[in-house]
Formats: sequence, structure tokens, C-alpha cells
Amino acid sequence: MTTVTTPLPDIHEKTVESRTHRFFHSYFLQKVLKALFTTWVVVSLTFFLIRLLPSNPVELFIQDLVVQYALPYHEARDQAAALFSIDLSQPLPLQYLDYMTGLLHGDLGTSILSPGTSVSSIIQRFLPWTIFSVGIALMLSFTFGIMLGLFMAYHREGLMDHILTVLASILSSVPNYILGILLIIFLGVRWGVISVAATRGTLSPGIEPGLTWEFFKNALYHAALPILTYVLTTIGSWMLTMKSSTISVLEEDYVTVAKAKGLKESRITSTYVGRNAALPMFTLLTIAIGFVVGGSVLIETIFQYQGIGYILLQSVNKRDYTVMQGVFLVITLSVIIANFFADILYSWLDPRIKLGKQE
Amino acid sequence: MGSVFLGAVQSIGATLRIMSYNKVGFAGFIAVLFLLFMTFIGPFFVPLDTKTKVDQIYQPPSAQHWMGTDHQGRDIFSQIVNGGKDVIIVAVVAGALSTLIAVTFGTLAGFAGGQVDAIIISITDIVLTIPQLPLLLVLAALIKLNNIFYLGLILGALGWPSLLRAVRSQALSLKQRDFVEAARALDLGTMHIIFREIVPNMMTYIIISFALAMTGAIYAQVALVLFGLVPFSGSNWGVMLSLAWVRGAIYFKDSIWYIMMPVAAIVVLQLSIVTMTRSLELVFNPRLRSGA
Repeated sequence: MTTVTTPLPDIHEKTVESRTHRFFHSYFLQKVLKALFTTWVVVSLTFFLIRLLPSNPVELFIQDLVVQYALPYHEARDQAAALFSIDLSQPLPLQYLDYMTGLLHGDLGTSILSPGTSVSSIIQRFLPWTIFSVGIALMLSFTFGIMLGLFMAYHREGLMDHILTVLASILSSVPNYILGILLIIFLGVRWGVISVAATRGTLSPGIEPGLTWEFFKNALYHAALPILTYVLTTIGSWMLTMKSSTISVLEEDYVTVAKAKGLKESRITSTYVGRNAALPMFTLLTIAIGFVVGGSVLIETIFQYQGIGYILLQSVNKRDYTVMQGVFLVITLSVIIANFFADILYSWLDPRIKLGKQE
Repeated sequence: MGSVFLGAVQSIGATLRIMSYNKVGFAGFIAVLFLLFMTFIGPFFVPLDTKTKVDQIYQPPSAQHWMGTDHQGRDIFSQIVNGGKDVIIVAVVAGALSTLIAVTFGTLAGFAGGQVDAIIISITDIVLTIPQLPLLLVLAALIKLNNIFYLGLILGALGWPSLLRAVRSQALSLKQRDFVEAARALDLGTMHIIFREIVPNMMTYIIISFALAMTGAIYAQVALVLFGLVPFSGSNWGVMLSLAWVRGAIYFKDSIWYIMMPVAAIVVLQLSIVTMTRSLELVFNPRLRSGA
């Protein structure tokens, strides 16, 4: 079980390098092909899944007209037919072919329910907010989680370790949408620390996006509660993973050797222990980045924060097929790309992975 | 007869003593027992209060209503007692199914290697990448999810990929051990090696995976109900939370008890399952007991 990483001797460096170079190329190519294949499978699957959903956008719109304006059904249907250019009666395989050809040309189509608005413009408008809020949250929780985890490993079985461990397990077992509700109830309504109504949306009216301090401050103000929720619900698992990773590194021989050599404690902590313990964490971070987009649905809905997750739930409820497809494509691609980089990063950090297939 | 009974009591006692080595884990275990008792035995003593009492809405806790009343003046305590069954059944069904899939195919992939491994891993990667939300929605629409059992099966059928990856890497490392090598040298057969040599050594891991899969299922099912993504009838903690939230209950000062109670129930259930795994670890992995 205990595998000791020893640096390769210098003499073999050259031959090993050229060999790994070749290996890397085939490995790299393999990974790219696999990523493309997965993308195709998932995109096709979601295409058909979405069309299997009960009801469809036009039908829902007709229902809406019937309920809201008390129109007779056939009149409502005529209105809807005049409004929407999409032909949902086309056979599925043809629709699929259309969609795939469009996709290959980088065309995601236009929204069914807001005719004339292209799906890519919707994504361009809402995706940055999700990346902004979740990105900041991920960085904060990763950094602090790593630091606290390192601290806990060094003071393990101490009072602080016990307190932090309990805290971390509590935080990681509270569902994020429940924490969101609690934050709204207590911070927003009970104690009135932050006005929930004023922080809805991504920006206050009248604020123009730009490189101004005012814009940045306002954006942060609106994103504060979602960010707090993300950080609190994810920091626990970073702490616990980092702690166990650090503890296993502390038992390695090279740490003992470094201590025996009489190196300074701070140097051992930073270069020998911290760096090696954090290595596997970066792979996890890459994977977590991939889930940024997909994981934002619930929180953004709770806080009415208009990012891509919020749009996704809206389009699911209204069955806006093309928008759903577009957002799912973004989600799928971000997961696949992140996994791809995680694999590459991992094989770069630990060359045994690439060669270790037959092992 | 008597000695068998005595032996059973003794072994249960020994197990409990081992579990109590970890204080936090033991507390979690007690909490899980308490919740099970409350949700499966409790309803016999506390029937569900379904009568609307307009003059008693949003009452704070009192001797009559231990947890206050909801937006229709119904007793919240009775809803909490009666509302756990669905949540726990879904969690257990989902947890069992995804653990079963993950352990069976994870060990198979890790142990068999080659083509089998490649195929299993690519399927896993694809399932991991499919956005879960539309899949859940479609399945929810195609299969009547009013049936708790089906909801559990569906959540279980989607929750296994990350567990499978972890189990596979465990199996890969166990495969290298001497005792597996010895079993192979004795030509004991793949089935024997997987189920008698590898799986027992992963027992700790499997138990923890099961608990984590359960918490994952609880998270997903409450989310589905809360965001109105599955039509849900009946009364359970998820439905309570969803009702309290949708009715804007948070904006009435008096309604805090209504929304806090299902929140507390769900959080306590999650937390006690997670902490319980620490005690279970001690039972299934003797090496941890010595404290070394």
C-alpha cells in the first residue's frame, strides 16, 4: 500500500523523457477522443430526454392563454401557431439532424418562447454571473479549507481539531438549499442584516457593468448570500479531505528524513508536507470547477440570483427546449473539459498513471 | 436455547461497546435509532393531524402543540412524526441500490481489468456527465413518482458513478495484496476472490458509501420536492418544507416554527447518518480500534 515516490535518477532522465513524450501524445489523443465521444453521447441523450418530457412549450403557452385570457382552445392554438416559428410536429430524427448540424456550425438555435433571442446570447448574458459568484466561492472555500485542513492535521486530537472536525461534518451534511433558506430567514428577515428583496437579481437597477468600483461592489453585494452559502456548504469537505491527505503525507519516509536532517519546521510544512498533501486536492478542485455550472440551479433559485442555473430551471418549467439544450450543453462541456484537465493534471503530477495501465 | 440467546446478547453488547469508543459516532448512532423509532413506531401513538383550525394558525410551541402549528392550524409535531417514513424509505432504497451497483461493477472493473474495465469506466463517465436534472424530470414524468419505492430506485440508479470509481480504485489496490495473490495461486476462482477476499476487506468502505449514498438521496429527494420538480402528494418533511417556503411562511414572524421544524428534522437525519459511520468504521475495521 505504501508507495514511496522517489525521483528518477538523472542518468535515465533523457530516455525516460522522450518515451513519456510519445506516451503523452497517445495518452493525450486517447483522452481527446474519449471526451468528444462522451460529449456526443450526452448531447444526444439530453436531446431525446428533453423531448420525452410531458407537454411541450407550445402546449404550455396555449394552456397559459386559455387560463389567463379565457380564450377558447382553438383560438389560443391559432395564436400560438402564428407566434412560434418552430415546428414540433416534425419527426424526431429530422429535428435531431437539424440540431446536430446547427451545433456543428456553432449555432445553438433561438429560444422558443422568446422568438428572436438566440440561445447563445442568453448563455452569454447569464453564464458570467454564475462563473463570477461560484468562482469566488470556490476559490475562498478551497483556500480556507486547505489551510484549515493542514492546521487540523498538525494539531490532530487537539481541542481545535475536534471542534473543527465536528463543525466541518455539520457544515458538509446540511443541504445547501436548506442553508440558503436559513440564511434568508435569519440574516434577511429575522435580524435584518441584509435586505433579501434588495439583493435579488444580479445588479441593482441603474448600475452599468464596467470596470468601476461601484459596479464591483454592487455585484458583490448581490452575490454575497449565494457565495456565503456555497462557501459554508463546501468548505467542510475540503477541510476533511485535506486533513486526511496531510496525515498520510506526514507518515511518509521523506518527511521523517527531512526532520532527521534538521530542516526548519516551517520549511518542512510548506515544501515537504503542504505541497505533497495539496497535490490530490488540485485534481479534486478541477473536478469541482466542472460542476460549478450544474450545481448552481438550486442556490440561484433560492436567492433569485439570475445566473445560468436560474435560467435552466425557468426553461425547464416552461419547456423551452432550445434554451434547455443550450444550458445542458454548457453543463456537459464544463464537466467533460474539467475532467479532461483533471486527468491530464493527474498524469502530469504522477507519471505512473500513464504507464500504470498494465500494472 | 438459552445460551444462544445469551450469546446473541453478548455479541450485540460487544458491538455496542466497540461503537461507543467513538463518542461522536455513538451519538449519531443513538440519534439514528431515535429517528427510526420516531418515524416507524411514533405514528401509532401520534396520528397525523389533518383538521384545519383557522383560529390556531402559526402558534408557537405549547403544551398542546409541542412544535406549534402550521398555516392551517394543524399540529406540526404530528406532521414531523408522520413525515419521516417516506424520506427514510427513499434514502434506504436509493442507498442500497447505488451501493449494490457500485460495489458489484466497481470490483468487477478493478479486478477483471482490460476490456471489461474500459467498458464499465466509459459507461460510468457518461452517466456522471449526464445532467441529472432532466433525467430525473423525465423519469419522474414517465414513472408515477407518487410511489416512494420508485423514487428511491431512480435516485439509486443515478447515484452510483462516483462510488463506483472509488470502489474500483480500492479493488485495484487490494488486488496487489499478498492474500489475493495467494488466493489466485490456489486457483480459488474469480467469484471466490471477489466475494470472499476483496469485498470483505472493503466492508468499511462499503458501509460508508452506503451512508453517503443515503444522504445524497435525501438531498436529492427534498430538492426535487422543494423546487416543485416532482408532483408530490402526502405529507413528509420535504413537502412540509416546500409548503412553508412556497407560502412565504418566512415573512410571517410567527411562522418560524413551521419552517424550522422540517429543516431541523432533515438536518438532524443527515448529520446523524454521517456521524454514525465513524462508529461503524470501528466495528468493521478492527485495525482502527487499537488507536494505532
